[in-house]
Amino acid sequence: MSMLIIENLHARVEGKEILKGLSLSVNAGEVHAIMGPNGAGKSTLGNVLSGRDGYEVTSGSVTYDGIDLLALEPEARAAAGVFLAFQYPVEIPGVNNTYFLRAAFNAQRKARGEKEFDSMQFLKLVREKLKVMQISDELLHRAVNEGFSGGEKKRNEIFQMAVLEPQLAILDETDSGLDIDALKHVADGVNALRSPDRAFLMITHYQRLLDYVVPDFVHVLADGRIVESGDKSLALKLEEHGYAGLGEGAAA
Amino acid sequence: MSQSAPLPLVESLLDVPLPASGIAWLDAARHENRAAFAAAGLPDTRVEAWKYTALRALGQRRFTHGDDGAALRAVAASTFALPGVDGPRLVFVNGVFRADLSALDALPAGLTLQPLSQALHDDPEPLRFVLSRPALIGDAREVGDAFTRINAASAADGVMLRVAAGVKVAAPVQLVFVGAAADVELAWHLRNVIELGEGADLSLIEQHVSDAEPAQLATVVSDIELHEGAQLHHAVVQNVAIATSLIRRSSVRLHARAHAMLHALELGGALVRHDLRAELVGDGACFDTRGVFMPHGRQHIDTQLAIRHQALNTRSTSTWRGVANDRARGVFRGAIVVAPGADGSDASLSNKNLLLSPGAEIDTKPELEIYADEVKAAHGATVGQLDERSLFYLRSRGIPLAEARALLTAAFCRAVLDDLPNEALREHLSGLLVAQLPA
Repeated sequence: MSMLIIENLHARVEGKEILKGLSLSVNAGEVHAIMGPNGAGKSTLGNVLSGRDGYEVTSGSVTYDGIDLLALEPEARAAAGVFLAFQYPVEIPGVNNTYFLRAAFNAQRKARGEKEFDSMQFLKLVREKLKVMQISDELLHRAVNEGFSGGEKKRNEIFQMAVLEPQLAILDETDSGLDIDALKHVADGVNALRSPDRAFLMITHYQRLLDYVVPDFVHVLADGRIVESGDKSLALKLEEHGYAGLGEGAAA
Repeated sequence: MSQSAPLPLVESLLDVPLPASGIAWLDAARHENRAAFAAAGLPDTRVEAWKYTALRALGQRRFTHGDDGAALRAVAASTFALPGVDGPRLVFVNGVFRADLSALDALPAGLTLQPLSQALHDDPEPLRFVLSRPALIGDAREVGDAFTRINAASAADGVMLRVAAGVKVAAPVQLVFVGAAADVELAWHLRNVIELGEGADLSLIEQHVSDAEPAQLATVVSDIELHEGAQLHHAVVQNVAIATSLIRRSSVRLHARAHAMLHALELGGALVRHDLRAELVGDGACFDTRGVFMPHGRQHIDTQLAIRHQALNTRSTSTWRGVANDRARGVFRGAIVVAPGADGSDASLSNKNLLLSPGAEIDTKPELEIYADEVKAAHGATVGQLDERSLFYLRSRGIPLAEARALLTAAFCRAVLDDLPNEALREHLSGLLVAQLPA
């Protein structure tokens, strides 16, 4: 069975219907890219899947690992292995990055009935991940995202993902606002985490990221629905011809 | 202010013989203050300084003055033990000095630390000016000072702390004020006099604790004077029981290039009020305060900060955080005056507040009056709730809602402890903050 099955999902934000019957299946080990014009519902999808307040599902279902994902609180979704890399990571002054990450890591383990890590064990894990992500440990001593550049924030998201080791990672426009070097760093991080047990949902506006993280499937989201699906060549086609002419309402 | 019939509280506070010192000027000052208190009664909320702190309920209570059994009340050392703090200590229980709980042996040279009653007995004259002064407060603007008057009338003891010029006291000095359970609801008063000589350096920890029951009312009035170039680090941990009402007034006077740094945690109490006043009277004097007030349940915690810049190039910084939960009330007033001639002064004040429940309330009032030139001044106050985006961010990483709220609230408060130099103490105070957070 697929890891993630989204069926006929309808969702509203502030009374306005954004998702209008979205269906999608994702298997373990796969990388899916969700592309689409502004306002198509890309970020809404990420927010609905991670459980943000204010996103009202009016019909349809999301089944993750055989359970009803929408019935879970955000923290329970995280513990079940769902991770959202934010488009706009939040700055949290006064909360140390390492402290935060250990609290998250241990909360997830506790929720799963696993033994929590003490600070020494956790530090060892973090050091290993830093090496893989090629991130300087100076970042660990700062408050969560406080004063981080755009690129640092996105890399911190990927770093958190590396430590938390989710089953399903949703990357919400992780490429936006990055210069080419930062984009490559982020892509390297994602590629290092690809595995047969893990699935990725990469939400993006541009084809650029897909040059570095090559997807197994590309879907075009327009006006709240998947209007076309294909392999990576679809992304190149979109790059060439734009979103116009794909599905109805795609130009909106 | 005229009152048709004296309030039960006023009656009960007056229904005690004044302590007899045998010192003419002191007895006179006590009588004067008592008469002034009897005449003025308690301020009501029409008095600006008491606008947000109503004394109606407290005014209906009666308290018994003084505790005959204070010398024998059992107080565990753990009540006031602090990590990294093992120096001179002066302990009062229900307003009475307790030699057995204090640590006054082998005081370092240049440090005088003793009960005020002892100092008055040995040589009252040096204390004359400071102890007579409250009697001078008689004009209408100070009508809110009822508790200072009754304190001046009734306090028989307190702290006398003096650091000689040029002396740096290595170990922090601990002042502990304990309210211990008695058979009746007690009122007690203490009067502290603290003086740092030229270039002296002292680290001071002031603790207020009490037993859960029965209710108490305590007043503590402190005068702190820093002579030229003196340095004071002052940490206040107010963690009295929920039934205790505590009214304090601290007046700090800073001479040229003196520097006081205060860190305050206001955590406990039923009705708690602290009037903290600083006068920067010498050029280059510097006064920094950091504080948190965290009322919950039905607590009411009121901090009134008043800073007067009266000399050239003086500086003050004030960073205060308030967190109110349940149906609690927090009040903060930060009034800064830069007096004529205090050119080149620099004053900044920030008070940010969090409301953790719909029934909680915080009233904050920054005030800035500038009468000098080339002054830098900034002040701001906010009242808000926990940031939803931050909460979601933490939850999306697996941190449960309650834990996420506690983490953000602690972070919000902890900023005021950042520059507390004693690391063990900072960790301990940080722990007290976290312990106060809703589970």
